[in-house]
Amino acid sequence: MNQISLLGNRTIRLVQQLGNMTLFALAMVAGAAKPPLRFGSFVRELYKIGVLSLIIICVSGLAVGMVLGLQGYHTLARFGAQRSLGAVVGLSLIRELGPVLAALLVIGRAGSAVTAEIGTMVATEQLDGLRMLSINPIDLIAAPRAMAMLAVMPLLTGLFILCGLAGGYISGVQLMHGDPGSYMSSLRANVDFNNDVAGSFVKSIAFGALVSIISTYRGYTSAPTSEGVSASTTSTVVIGSVSVLLLDYVITALWGV
Amino acid sequence: MDRSTVRDFIVGLFVLAGLAALAYLSISIGGFTWHGRGGLELSAGFDETGGLTLRAPVVISGVRVGEVSNISLDSNYRALVNLDLDPTLQLPTDTSASIVTAGILGDRYIELQLGADDKMLKSGDRINFTESAVILERLIGQLVYGVTKGDTKSGSAQSPTTKSVNTP
Repeated sequence: MNQISLLGNRTIRLVQQLGNMTLFALAMVAGAAKPPLRFGSFVRELYKIGVLSLIIICVSGLAVGMVLGLQGYHTLARFGAQRSLGAVVGLSLIRELGPVLAALLVIGRAGSAVTAEIGTMVATEQLDGLRMLSINPIDLIAAPRAMAMLAVMPLLTGLFILCGLAGGYISGVQLMHGDPGSYMSSLRANVDFNNDVAGSFVKSIAFGALVSIISTYRGYTSAPTSEGVSASTTSTVVIGSVSVLLLDYVITALWGV
Repeated sequence: MDRSTVRDFIVGLFVLAGLAALAYLSISIGGFTWHGRGGLELSAGFDETGGLTLRAPVVISGVRVGEVSNISLDSNYRALVNLDLDPTLQLPTDTSASIVTAGILGDRYIELQLGADDKMLKSGDRINFTESAVILERLIGQLVYGVTKGDTKSGSAQSPTTKSVNTP
């Protein structure tokens, strides 16, 4: 009896939290859309979330592409199909690895920072100070960060994929002495805009929305203690990563991209 | 330039680089075009498609000019294949379509052989001269059957590559 009511309680709390998160997201969209448009803080967040993530995105993309090129080359060589290396590297990067890994890196690099920053503002009662000045902290603090994260995700995904393709070229063509022409031609012949690249955009935008909502909401609702800030930062990374991977499966299964 | 201007400039560069990466992926690698590739929609009936898939290429003299947009059954239970072709093509009405295989076990694709008629096919027309896919297993089966039957009926096995002309 006790166990069952515990389960019921957990379920109600889960649904409540999902509802609160949705309302929070709607409030952020409303806050971003209504004047004053806080363009300055949006650009500042673009810098912190986007530009400062460039190095980790490019280095990781290059490394992932190089591993894909190397592994793909050895696997394809068993079937005598080294000429398809470009298609293997390109399709796996564009359809799956690019959006997912870029989102995971952004969660770790920027999402956790956003949560910790907003959480610390909660703990030091800065948000209460803003409320006292009748400034909605969602409009001023959360919305620019979320919008910047949403805008940055497709750009970083594109750069990640491009670095990955270059990495595949380096390992598959330069190191393994594959054929440079067949790498590019199999890449171009097998990657289609409607079926592959557009799906990659859709995924990266969906992940951007998800990650931005989770990281701002977790910070905004963190307990006003140092322990609370650390717990909400951890939960951003955990919940964010898991939900990106689950959403990736759902998008792939439903729309086949 | 003060610090904020430098930062804005770097953000601008970052956004441009990201957009350039997306544009390169879409246009150069993904083959995105504003008007879309297709436009000339033709259909063709086949007795056997033999594993032809959606988006399989349509070629003329080995040059890709379009793709298979749909495969379905018509009212006579024959395979009806829709082709989405480059709209600038001028195909005579007696053009023939055949399903061929790249290599011996490769992917199926459709090859168009141009006719000599003065009238041209318009979008929505049907290609009347078609040649179905050759099923290798069936061919081998017929060969084995022909050999075991001995000399009496050799040569009676009908070639599956016979052109079928269907009246529209």
